[in-house]
Amino acid sequence: METIILFAPLVGAIIAGFGWRIIGETGAQWVTTGLLFLSMVLSWVVFLGHDGQTHHIHILDWIRSGTLDTTWSIRLDRLTAVMLIVITTVSAFVHLYSFGYMAHDENFREGESYRPRFFAYLSFFTFAMLMLVTADNLAQMFFGWEGVGLASYLLIGFYFRKPSANAAAIKAFVVNRVGDFGFALGIFALFFLADSIKFDDIFAMAPQLAETQLTFLWTDWNAANLVAVLLFIGAMGKSAQFILHTWLPDAMEGPTPVSALIHAATMVTAGVFLVCRMSPVFEYADAAKNFVVYIGAITAFFAATVGLVQNDIKRVIAYSTCSQLGYMFVAAGVGVYSVAMFHLLTHAFFKALLFLGAGSVIHGMHHEQDMRNYGGLRHKMPWTFWSMLIGTLAITGVGIPLTGIGFAGFLSKDAIIESAYAGTAGGFGFWALVIAALFTSFYSWRLMFMTFWGKPRGDKHTHEHAHESGANMLVPLGVLAIGAVFSGMVWYNSFFGHTDTVAKFFGVPYAEAGAHGEDAGHGEEAAAGAEKDKTANDGKHHYVFAGAPGEGAIHAAPGNDVLTEAHAVPKWVKVSPFIAMLLGLATAYWFYIVNPAMPRWLAEVQRPLYLFLLNKWYIDEIYDYAIVRPVKALARALWRGGDLGVIDGFLNGVAMGVVPFFTRLAGRAQSGYIFTYAFAMVIGIAVLITWMSFAGGAE
Amino acid sequence: MDNLLSITTFIPAIAAAILAVFLRGDDEAAQRNAKWVALIATTLTFIVSLFILVQFDPNETGFQFVEEREWLLGLNYKMGVDGISVLFVLLTTFIMPLTIAASWHVTTRVKEYMIAFLALETLMLGVFMALDLVLFYVFFEGGLIPMFLIIGIWGGKERIYAAFKFFLYTFFGSVLMLVAMVGMFVDAGTTDIPTLMSHQFGTETFSLLGVQIVGGVQTLMFLAFFASFAVKMPMWPVHTWLPDAHVQAPTAGSVVLAAILLKMGGYGFLRFSLPMFPVGAEVMTPLVFWLSAIAIVYTSLVALAQEDMKKLIAYSSVAHMGFVTMGIFAANQQGVDGAIFQMISHGFISGALFLCVGVIYDRMHTRAIDAYGGLVNRMPAYALVFMLFTMANVGLPGTSGFVGEFLTLMGVFQVNTWIAAVAATGVIFSACYALWLYRRVVFGDLIKESLKSITDMGARERAIFAPLVAMTLLLGVYPSLVTDIIGPSVEHLIANYDTALAEAQAASQVAASH
Repeated sequence: METIILFAPLVGAIIAGFGWRIIGETGAQWVTTGLLFLSMVLSWVVFLGHDGQTHHIHILDWIRSGTLDTTWSIRLDRLTAVMLIVITTVSAFVHLYSFGYMAHDENFREGESYRPRFFAYLSFFTFAMLMLVTADNLAQMFFGWEGVGLASYLLIGFYFRKPSANAAAIKAFVVNRVGDFGFALGIFALFFLADSIKFDDIFAMAPQLAETQLTFLWTDWNAANLVAVLLFIGAMGKSAQFILHTWLPDAMEGPTPVSALIHAATMVTAGVFLVCRMSPVFEYADAAKNFVVYIGAITAFFAATVGLVQNDIKRVIAYSTCSQLGYMFVAAGVGVYSVAMFHLLTHAFFKALLFLGAGSVIHGMHHEQDMRNYGGLRHKMPWTFWSMLIGTLAITGVGIPLTGIGFAGFLSKDAIIESAYAGTAGGFGFWALVIAALFTSFYSWRLMFMTFWGKPRGDKHTHEHAHESGANMLVPLGVLAIGAVFSGMVWYNSFFGHTDTVAKFFGVPYAEAGAHGEDAGHGEEAAAGAEKDKTANDGKHHYVFAGAPGEGAIHAAPGNDVLTEAHAVPKWVKVSPFIAMLLGLATAYWFYIVNPAMPRWLAEVQRPLYLFLLNKWYIDEIYDYAIVRPVKALARALWRGGDLGVIDGFLNGVAMGVVPFFTRLAGRAQSGYIFTYAFAMVIGIAVLITWMSFAGGAE
Repeated sequence: MDNLLSITTFIPAIAAAILAVFLRGDDEAAQRNAKWVALIATTLTFIVSLFILVQFDPNETGFQFVEEREWLLGLNYKMGVDGISVLFVLLTTFIMPLTIAASWHVTTRVKEYMIAFLALETLMLGVFMALDLVLFYVFFEGGLIPMFLIIGIWGGKERIYAAFKFFLYTFFGSVLMLVAMVGMFVDAGTTDIPTLMSHQFGTETFSLLGVQIVGGVQTLMFLAFFASFAVKMPMWPVHTWLPDAHVQAPTAGSVVLAAILLKMGGYGFLRFSLPMFPVGAEVMTPLVFWLSAIAIVYTSLVALAQEDMKKLIAYSSVAHMGFVTMGIFAANQQGVDGAIFQMISHGFISGALFLCVGVIYDRMHTRAIDAYGGLVNRMPAYALVFMLFTMANVGLPGTSGFVGEFLTLMGVFQVNTWIAAVAATGVIFSACYALWLYRRVVFGDLIKESLKSITDMGARERAIFAPLVAMTLLLGVYPSLVTDIIGPSVEHLIANYDTALAEAQAASQVAASH
């Protein structure tokens, strides 16, 4: 069954890509979409029936060389199962949505068949993503990793006539390659250390890695930290974390369903998945975990600030994605992998919903993407409006404080913020996320207010023809909206409940801990301690994760009790994201409903800051001056100066002797004497042989 | 059959002789006959070579199908293959029919053209099978002549410059190799390669012209062979003949050059340098490592600045050969397996990329990147094939290009992390130049007037690409097809290498203690 889940999308991609002339464009769409729905149904069956244990399914041998032995195979555990439903569900509905969205596209000419190609790419992407999450060794994961990169490249550049789309596609691929550079070195280092790149072998080695020193480049490193950081560099590229994030906003050049599937719900979360998958290694790499927390927190904050002032509806959501991925990394970095996965799951629903909603608006507004030209659309597009409203309520984290009732983002984001507080002792990670939550709320509501409220702005004609999208686009919105509302409440306990519940869900062994003795040992502040006691008493028993690394889908090293501590944070911490959300909402309401002149005034008063944010902290410009231009100049210099100048100049001068001699030779050859020279060479060789043989005879 | 190797080797030569003797005239019928004879002969060679593969026993690490005969002047004619060479034989016989098919539109001196290619095939096969120094040298040097003629006669505008540059570079390297061969013969008293592989050449440090030669005779001999193989590979900084040769050569010439001729250098390292001069190789490993790493970064950057499609691909070839030399001198299973794999896979990929250039060169008669743009609008099949090989060139997992890079890097990482890290940046640069090329040629709107009527690939062209596509994907998904064959021989090679080094080490310690 798992094999069918994995290969159905590939079959669909091949049939649609190569067979569409036979089965027709519509046929290609139905085949890919049908197979995706098949995958989705089976994935849910697998997920709901999963017992938490790890299963292996061998498919085929892959690279074998000496002690290196990699296979194509499926590793099915809770992490994989969660990813399966996320990927196949979003992908299936994005396929369906694309029926409507891609029906007519002005980027293609009359009669051009672009749809089968689009659906084939989407299905191929899904296949590669599934390969990534089902891998049971790092090489296969790398296959999926680069495979989704290829699909992303092809889909970002789908409008191949647009120079901007082509540039964005290359940028995405190359920046990801920078990350892959780190990822690959991480794999090599692990093979060097563990003599295997199978997860099971690596996990078993994890505690030893922490004790090992490895010489890498100029100095000795702690092996676990080095490996974890190298792998995380890969994750930073794929998940668009700070300094390697620049490709993601540009990736919005692709069609909107692509943005929803690849650049919001699935591919960009691969980095988070990688860190969770490698949790046994990260657990023994404290420095690396701190690095993850800082990068995640900086990204969450940075991307949120940029999102505040963007005017392109897709770019706002793109920066929002970037920011939310930062949240997930913070959770993973403090060691609460289950919560990172929780947010990954809920985020997939509400972010895909927001993107598809934005796509519906763009579709209805004839490919206008500038929010300054929207306004008052809630009457024209009621369904789109309601679904996006649900998405916004989810992402901003609306719920009833101190209860388990709320939209998906309310539960998962609060879980992250509480974990961050517990994991960093109320440090930078926590505050960056709370402030980012305020910004998130502001830009999300700004988007809603500018799009659906107020008077229509911009081209009158466009607004007159603005229309609600068809059923095949609205049904996916509805389904995802259900996820955005309920996914948090349904799975709250599985991902962020008491330790025993979470452990059971992820198949991790757990043991009862002497609750009070443990607490005393940690010496937390009094308030937190009191809270914790209460929690522990509520649950009657206090459990901790137990078991060796590699048992179960995630691992918590002895002493990692952040999950329990997160439940015991002070009340003000628990309500802080809610307050941040209210502040953001109120500010947005003030700026865009009550006093619409306010934003412009503020932008003028704080012009340098405004430009700084509008230009995305000038990071693209810095890269252009610091990297792109020097590399291009160096390339030209090496060619003209190095190859043509020094090497050819020197070697030609020496090897070819005097120029007149050479030209004379050439001149004769040109006039048809070339055979003479060939003959001379044959003679020369014959002479050599003769000489050798006589020399041989003389011995 | 006892003489399977000779049959394989000389079928093309016989066909060439038949063409030379019996084919008269230069009319259309004669041209057609020449093409068909060449195609049939090369295809037949491929079929016969399959028998070698089928009967080959991978677990036997010695030479198989060995033939030994008296030759002229008391020399020995000795042929044989082992796990390291057998796949190069197959690669050669596989590529040659495709190059003949890709030359179907040649109209000048067709007979001579076909003779040159057939002769070239015999000589190349001989290189990979010869088990006698003299025989090897004859094949190795002999191969220069047809290639020289192919570039010099059927090449582009500056073919004479390129042909001579090609010839002089490689010939210069070979002369040094010849000197070393004479030295080996004097030292060991035989030209038999298997015997030489177990012969121990001197390793005692001595002083030459005031320079201490660590590793002694072995180091000198290593360097002499190195001069030849490094030029052939080609390694930085003796690579500059390659872009010129590629640019000027006709498409089929470029394909043979990239797919097969370049592999002779790598094969030479594995057949001669490592087994015969282990101590010399050890001494020189850091040099080779750094030359490889520089090659990867340097030529990748230079590729980025190219305006000529063939030059760009030629530079990318040099970078990929950097992975090969690096892997070979890592001298561990992953490194050497990866190097051989990379050579085989590069044969398919670079061959296909040059064919891709050939497809549009045939139509537009220019290789300038600027002359193209938006080809996908009119050539979807071409765009697909070109994309596949671009990605394979970039080393995307799932294509054969990945496996070689991955294994060589993995092998090197265990020996030297600096080299691994520097070389791994090559995967970033390769993405830059390959995608940049693809974008400028294939993507974008088709606005150039001259391209408005360009046609997509025809049946012949598709048939040429089909086997290459199949091999690239097959080896990408199931590389064991290659590694299972080469594995035991490589293991044997490395074991011998390590033993030899250990012995030399022990010997020098004994010498020091006295």
